[in-house]
Amino acid sequence: MSTILLLLITGIGLGALYFLVASGLSLIYGLMGVLNFAHGSFLTLAGFLGWEVGRRVGDGSWAGLLTGMLVGLVVGAVVAALTELVFIRPLYNRHIEQVLVTVGLGLASVALFEGIWGTDPIQIRLPEWLGGTTNVLGANIPNDRWLLIATAVVVLGLIVLFLQRTSYGLVIRAGVENRTMVTALGIDVRRAFTIVFAIGGAAAGLGGVLASVYYGQVGAHQGTSLLIYAFIVTVIGGLGSLTGAAIASVLVAVIQQFANFYLGGTGDLAIVLALAAVLLVRPTGLMGKVKH
Amino acid sequence: MADRPALQLDSVGLQIGGARILHDVTFQVATGEMVGVIGPNGAGKTTLFNIISGVMIPTSGTVRLAGDDVTRHKVHQRARVGLGRTFQTSSVFAGLTAGENVRLAAQSKLGGATSPWTFPRADDDASRVAQRCLEEVGLAHHTGTKAGVLSHGDKRKLEIAMLIATEPEVVLLDEPMAGVGSGDVAGLVEVIRRLHRSGRTVLMVEHHMEVLLGLVDRVAVMHHGELLAIDTPKAVMANTDVQKAYLGETV
Repeated sequence: MSTILLLLITGIGLGALYFLVASGLSLIYGLMGVLNFAHGSFLTLAGFLGWEVGRRVGDGSWAGLLTGMLVGLVVGAVVAALTELVFIRPLYNRHIEQVLVTVGLGLASVALFEGIWGTDPIQIRLPEWLGGTTNVLGANIPNDRWLLIATAVVVLGLIVLFLQRTSYGLVIRAGVENRTMVTALGIDVRRAFTIVFAIGGAAAGLGGVLASVYYGQVGAHQGTSLLIYAFIVTVIGGLGSLTGAAIASVLVAVIQQFANFYLGGTGDLAIVLALAAVLLVRPTGLMGKVKH
Repeated sequence: MADRPALQLDSVGLQIGGARILHDVTFQVATGEMVGVIGPNGAGKTTLFNIISGVMIPTSGTVRLAGDDVTRHKVHQRARVGLGRTFQTSSVFAGLTAGENVRLAAQSKLGGATSPWTFPRADDDASRVAQRCLEEVGLAHHTGTKAGVLSHGDKRKLEIAMLIATEPEVVLLDEPMAGVGSGDVAGLVEVIRRLHRSGRTVLMVEHHMEVLLGLVDRVAVMHHGELLAIDTPKAVMANTDVQKAYLGETV
């Protein structure tokens, strides 16, 4: 029982990390039809810069970590918005070229990060409490999972609030459904693109700092490896659906944890099979809408 | 000001690769006039609408709105200077409520969409405009209903409510009656009639001839990408070229 609970809660913690990356991917694809392969780079850069600033504020302290998270959030948002303005916007409506640019950015940035911070991951120091565990009904849950889950819940809440309750959220929800009609109403959706990129980048940036908490290290390839899982989550959840991304994040991570534990480390295989199953039964994903 | 036509096309043409989609289309629509556009499938009616609204840019000729050359303007720029349109297939936002659909349109007109952090309230300007427009088309009782579950006829009315909210001078209606059940036709005709009577210039593609001829001042006939005739319904029906186009040419 305690093993199941442990796998479940650690799975949800990992799912929280996936969600931070996948939420932006899903929104960007939903609104713009662009699969953003540079999303992992936002995450990695935010992870490095968050760590660099955080350790100067207080290595291994809460002040350092929280500053790092704030830096990661801002770095993610700014870099993502700049990427949209400089690389994506000039290729408006040329989806293949837009995707190719993000692929190029993703590859080039990893090489750049390796040049600056080296090819080996750097071990980081964290507040002592995060290294400990909390006993829940007999299961010893690593404390860092609580931080991941709490952050993802807050991020999900804020994005939902923005989408459902603000004027621009309405523009974005409408744009995800039918971009042409939004422009026909006299709204310049390109601004919505920048905002969605910034929001997605901010979430990924937070994810970058929290990924370093989860793995206990920062590395140039952190974003790339998480991006693969985030893509799977995005497709299973339904491209463009935030709720879908949230559900699929938890689902994928929990399946992965259980398969790793009970089926001899076959977690990755299990989620690829889950992806195939969802695509066969519901090609648009769990919460995906048919585009028109 | 007043004598400048609301809409003016001069020698508009569109060539894609070797194919001539539209050729030398020239006509004017006076302010407050209602013109129907007819023609067999593939005649270029929707292409014409796409060029007027900016979805497509013509390879030759000019498009003017109230005298201003908008040939190269983007879709949202034309919408801001008073051009509104509906699409051939119903294009309401299915996942949004009817109220939100119209609010979006009102926001665009009132500029509320320019601040990402505005929290809409039920009593702000955009919401009031949205409610008034829904009332105008008889959908006030559906404010909170998801647009996706409305009947086809109600979706068409909702599109017109959205159109009214953007306060357009010139309105393009692309087959507003397409797929509308016979019970909904009369109501929709009345909504379109009111739209026109409120002083708007209307250009409408419609296959439902009975409806069209009863509504419009003039009819434009498209055939093979060219403007075959533009005249009063009576004169157009008597035109031998038009009859040939519809009944088949004798060899």
